Amino acid sequence: MKVISKCVLAAAFVTGLGSAVFAENDAATDSVIKARQGQMQLYAHNLGLLGGMAKGAVPYNADAAKAAASSLVLLTQLDASRLWPQGSDEMSADNTRALPDLWDNQDDVMKKAMALSEAAAAMEIASGTSLESLQGAMGPLGGACGGCHKAYRAPEN
Amino acid sequence: MKRPLRYGVLFGLLAGAVGWWATAPERVPEAQFAALRGDVARGEIVFWAGGCAACHSPPQAEGTDRIVLSGGRSFVSDFGTFYAPNISPDPEHGLGTWKTGDLANAMLHGTSPAGQHYYPAFPYTSYARASPQDVADLWTFLQTLPASDIPSKAHEVGFPFSIRRALGGWKILFGGPPRILTGNLSPEAARGRDLVEGLGHCGECHSPRNALGGIDYDRWLGGAPNPSGKGKIPNITPAKLDWSETDLVEYFTSGFTPEYDSAGGEMAEVVQNLAHLPLADRQAIAAYLKAVPAVE
Repeated sequence: MKVISKCVLAAAFVTGLGSAVFAENDAATDSVIKARQGQMQLYAHNLGLLGGMAKGAVPYNADAAKAAASSLVLLTQLDASRLWPQGSDEMSADNTRALPDLWDNQDDVMKKAMALSEAAAAMEIASGTSLESLQGAMGPLGGACGGCHKAYRAPEN
Repeated sequence: MKRPLRYGVLFGLLAGAVGWWATAPERVPEAQFAALRGDVARGEIVFWAGGCAACHSPPQAEGTDRIVLSGGRSFVSDFGTFYAPNISPDPEHGLGTWKTGDLANAMLHGTSPAGQHYYPAFPYTSYARASPQDVADLWTFLQTLPASDIPSKAHEVGFPFSIRRALGGWKILFGGPPRILTGNLSPEAARGRDLVEGLGHCGECHSPRNALGGIDYDRWLGGAPNPSGKGKIPNITPAKLDWSETDLVEYFTSGFTPEYDSAGGEMAEVVQNLAHLPLADRQAIAAYLKAVPAVE
């Protein structure tokens, strides 16, 4: 009996160790990853309307376009200080493609975040002006999104 | 016994001589290219279509630094690590002393001014499909860019891939046809073919390769593992890429996918280049991608 219980204990220990190595994210890490991905979804949701108008799939409406662009501006102003804690990069956590480089280049990340803010503000003005100016603002806005995605997001597997 | 041996040696020498002759770096007719006059504005389009800045700009360069072609980016492959050289107009460390014919030899034959084979990390397999006038236009434009005196880094390539002469054989085997998509194409798709198969060198990443690094033309644009070892480069034939032409053009312009995710990694760089092309060229690329055979 003793031997068996020791074996069970050892097996439990090994299993425990195994699950520690391949751990699911802890609740706090899970929460920040979901929260920042939710923020990205909100970007996509509002960009969807602007892009639909730019492509001609949705009829242009200045008020609706401006409302979507204003939401983008607000999204760039959310407090990000608690969304990107250490240990939530793709090497340390599951379900994220954020590269560790993001944490090593804070100045550059801030610069790119500012560039996104500016591109969103430019879209806010452009989208309420005319379809042509909305279309013209899509490129710089996409470029600003790509700024971080180029440098700090791992490729899809 | 002696005779066959002698014949054997003779045959060996002959085969060696033929091999040496066959693997000699090719060159363009110098006079033809010396006579060409380049156009700066057209050259700038060739420059963005060819994506020169994506490899030859300094690592992590953004904004106006992207046209300082001082080189230095590293490219890891199964054959070693390649470093993009300085191709700025600096006379000592760049291409300052080159002529149109030198750029033509490099792009159309993968041959250096000293008569050496370049490694195909430089995508001359695709650039070979550019026209002589494209090369002349590009050369005129490249000379207008800022000079950088940063020396080029030597590639880190081990034996046997360090034997450059062997690349002559590689070129014969894997050079590829002048046109990959044949048959009747609309003028728009034909322009797209020039851009995708030639200057744009899309197939260099989006097509699978064999063990020696030759492109598998039967699976043209059918997707491939990322040479960096991480992730996959997607299949962009109609078998997998079901975006509309409008969606493709938007992606080439702003980097937004139909789901409004944005291009990342190397493709973000490609989009930055494509965004400089005239809208008609981005539409032409989309038309071509709709016309290529589906690769499952």
